[in-house]
Amino acid sequence: MSQYAILIYEDPAFYETMPPEGWAAVVDAHNTFTKQVSELGGSLTGGGALAPVTTATTIKGGGTVTDGPFVQSKEALLGYYVVEARDLDHAVDIGKLCPANGGGVEVRPIVNPSTNPF
Amino acid sequence: MNETDPAAAESGRAHAAASDQLLARVIREESARIVAALTGWLGSLDLAEESVAEAIEEALRQWRTRGVPPNPGGWLTQAARHNALDRLRREKRYREKLAMLADPPEAAPLTGEPDERLPLLFGCCHPAISPDAQLALTLRAICGLTTAQIARATLAPESTVAQRIVRAKRKIGATGIPLRIPEGSERAARLDIVLTVVSVMYSEAHLVAGGDAAADRDLADDALWLARVVAHQLPREAEAQGLLALLLFHRAREGARAVDGELVLLADQDRTRWDRRLIAEAQAVLEEAAMLRRPGRWQLHAAIAACHSDTRDGGDTDWLQVLTLYDMLLAYDRSPVVRLNRAVALAEVDGPQAALDEVDALGRALAGYHLWHAVRARMLRHLGRRDEAMAEDLCALELTANDAERRLLEARVDR
Repeated sequence: MSQYAILIYEDPAFYETMPPEGWAAVVDAHNTFTKQVSELGGSLTGGGALAPVTTATTIKGGGTVTDGPFVQSKEALLGYYVVEARDLDHAVDIGKLCPANGGGVEVRPIVNPSTNPF
Repeated sequence: MNETDPAAAESGRAHAAASDQLLARVIREESARIVAALTGWLGSLDLAEESVAEAIEEALRQWRTRGVPPNPGGWLTQAARHNALDRLRREKRYREKLAMLADPPEAAPLTGEPDERLPLLFGCCHPAISPDAQLALTLRAICGLTTAQIARATLAPESTVAQRIVRAKRKIGATGIPLRIPEGSERAARLDIVLTVVSVMYSEAHLVAGGDAAADRDLADDALWLARVVAHQLPREAEAQGLLALLLFHRAREGARAVDGELVLLADQDRTRWDRRLIAEAQAVLEEAAMLRRPGRWQLHAAIAACHSDTRDGGDTDWLQVLTLYDMLLAYDRSPVVRLNRAVALAEVDGPQAALDEVDALGRALAGYHLWHAVRARMLRHLGRRDEAMAEDLCALELTANDAERRLLEARVDR
C-alpha cells in the first residue's frame, strides 16, 4: 500500500452562494466518502477542510509575508485527504468518489523524503 | 506482409549481414517481453526499459554487419541484464536495489506467456500519461524503437522524445501506475486509449526520404504488428478486432495511395494496386468482430473502409451506405474530424451545398487543419465558386507539413 494525497480544488464561489441546507449536504457527502474509502479497500490516514482562500497568508522564499494564496486561480485548494491505496488506479477509484462538485480533485503520491524524489 | 516467425526462419543465416527490416521484426518480437520480464525482476520499469533500449542499440550496431545471432531473444536478454547490473552499480539512486535482487530471469529465450506484453502496454497507455508520451513510450518499450527512430518517424526533435519517455517512466514508477490489463467496467475505456495510440502510430508514419534509411522504422508496420498482438491477445474484445481490420484495409491500399512518392486520392486510386489478400483478411477479422455483437467506433471505421474496398473504381462507391455508417459512428465519436469525413459522404448523397453547410459549421474547430480547407475547397468547386475554392486550396497548402500532400494540393491549385 502507498500513500496518496487527494487535493480538492474548487471554485470558492460554489460554496459562497450556497444555502445552509446545501452546506449540510456537502458535510453529509464527505461523511459518506470517508466510509466509502474503506469499503473500496483503502484507508483514510488524514485530511482536513481549509478555511476560505481570503484567510490565506503567503510567505515567499525571501521571507516576505503577503495577503492571499500562493497561486491565484479560479479554483483554489479547499481541502485534502490522505489515503492508503494499492496503486494509482486504486487511488483514482477512491478519488472519483471524493465530493468536489465545484471543481475536481488531484491525486498525488506522498513520498518518503529520505531520498530526493526529483 | 509475412508475419510468420521471422526470427526462427532467419536465425539460421547467422553470419550474413541483417537487413533493417529483419532487425525491426526480430527486435519488436523480443523487446516488450524482455522489458516485462526485467521489470518484474528489477521492480523498476524505468531501469528495465533503459537497459533493454541500450541492448537494442548494441544489437543494431552488431547485427547489421554480423547478422542476427541464432537466439536473438537470449542475446538481448543477456545484454539487457548486463546493462541493468551495470547501472545498479554505477547509479546511486539504484544502488540499494542491487542487494535486494533475487536471481535474474533466465537468459534463455523468453518463451513464457506472451500476455506479459499486454499489461505493459496498458501501463504505457495509462490515461495519467499524456498522449504524446503514451505513443513515445509504447514505441520504445513495446516495439523496441530507439529514441532516434521515434524522433525521425514522428518528426519530433530527439531531445523532446527522450524527455517524454523519461517523464512517463518516472511517472509510472513514482505514482504507482499498475502494469496490468484492467478488468470490468474500466476495460473498455482503457482499451480505447490503447487502440487510439496504435491508430495514431499508424497515421504518424512518416518516411523521410533521403535520410539514413538504415535508422528508419516504418511506424505503419509497427502499428499493424501491435494491432495484431492486441487483437490476438484479447480475442473477445470486438473493438481490438475492429482496429486490426481498419489498419489492414488501410495497409491494403498503401500501394495505390502513394505512387512514386506522390499521394493519390481514394477516388483516383488504381484498384488493381490494392492488396486483395490483406483486404480479404480485413473482411474476415471484421466479420469475426461483428459476431461478438459489441459494436464500437473502430468497427464502424473499419466498416466504412470495407465499403471503399468493395469498389472497382471511385464512381462505384455506395455512398448512402458510407453515410449511414458515419451517422452510426457519430453516436460513438462526434469529433470534428469524423464530422468532416462524414461531410464528404454527405456531398455525394445530398449534394455539395448540404455538405458545405456542415463543413462551415466545423470551421471554428478545424480552421487550423489543412484537410478542412481542402474539403471546403472541393465543395466550393462543385458549386462553381472557383475563386473561393482556389483561396481555400491555398490555405490548405500553407497549413500542410507533409511534402507529398503539399504536391497534391499544388497540382490542384495550378489546375
